[in-house]
Amino acid sequence: MSTHIKTSTLQLSASGLEVVRKDAVKAYPDECCGFLFGTETEGRKITLAVPVTNHKDGDKRRRFEIHPQDYLRAERLAAEIGLDLLGVYHSHPEHPALPSLTDLEMALPYFSYVIVSVKSGKVVDERSWKLNESLGLFEEEFIMQPIHLS
Amino acid sequence: MATIIIPTPLRKFTGNQSTFKVNEAGTISEAILSLTNQYTDLKKHVIDDQGKIRSFVRLYLGDEDVSALDQKADTRIKESDVISIVPAIAGGIY
Repeated sequence: MSTHIKTSTLQLSASGLEVVRKDAVKAYPDECCGFLFGTETEGRKITLAVPVTNHKDGDKRRRFEIHPQDYLRAERLAAEIGLDLLGVYHSHPEHPALPSLTDLEMALPYFSYVIVSVKSGKVVDERSWKLNESLGLFEEEFIMQPIHLS
Repeated sequence: MATIIIPTPLRKFTGNQSTFKVNEAGTISEAILSLTNQYTDLKKHVIDDQGKIRSFVRLYLGDEDVSALDQKADTRIKESDVISIVPAIAGGIY
């Protein structure tokens, strides 16, 4: 289902990572979700994370769904602030930060998928994944040490 | 000319173009067909084997979900209209 070959890197700003971790804890035991924005001029750098509501109609502890209107707003925000929409994050309560078959089925090319593992209400791991379309697999992105933005 | 907004993850199939100008008057369906005829690699991400919009994709006309419109994708578009292709974003732990 997934490989462990890390073929690319992802830089996450400290502030963006904090937003993601806080959202994962706040949503627990449900899954959280949100968008990741940044630049790709010198590698992929996530500088902004924006939480959105988990609109899954059903068991939010095991599933997340982003409303299409929230996606539209994310694309518009990216254009307004001059950043690229680079990915999506979500949490896996009481499960590892590994993509599931559902994650793979729904995966889009290009996006980074950051998954946060939350156990007993605490973040224990975060990993990032990117779809390899030709292989139909996720490849892990190496998350570099958080960058501190001035 | 109406405009189609390409979602970021699919722009690799449009030569990194974020928008597509629709040259001819017609319906939303015809506009999408015009787009996918020009960018054939994009087609499988938007259109299914039956020639319909994929279940994982929504179309918006401005802020309106096209599936909620009376004529749905057969709605005729104006020059000032903006169509957005919105991919489904979802997942879960298993």
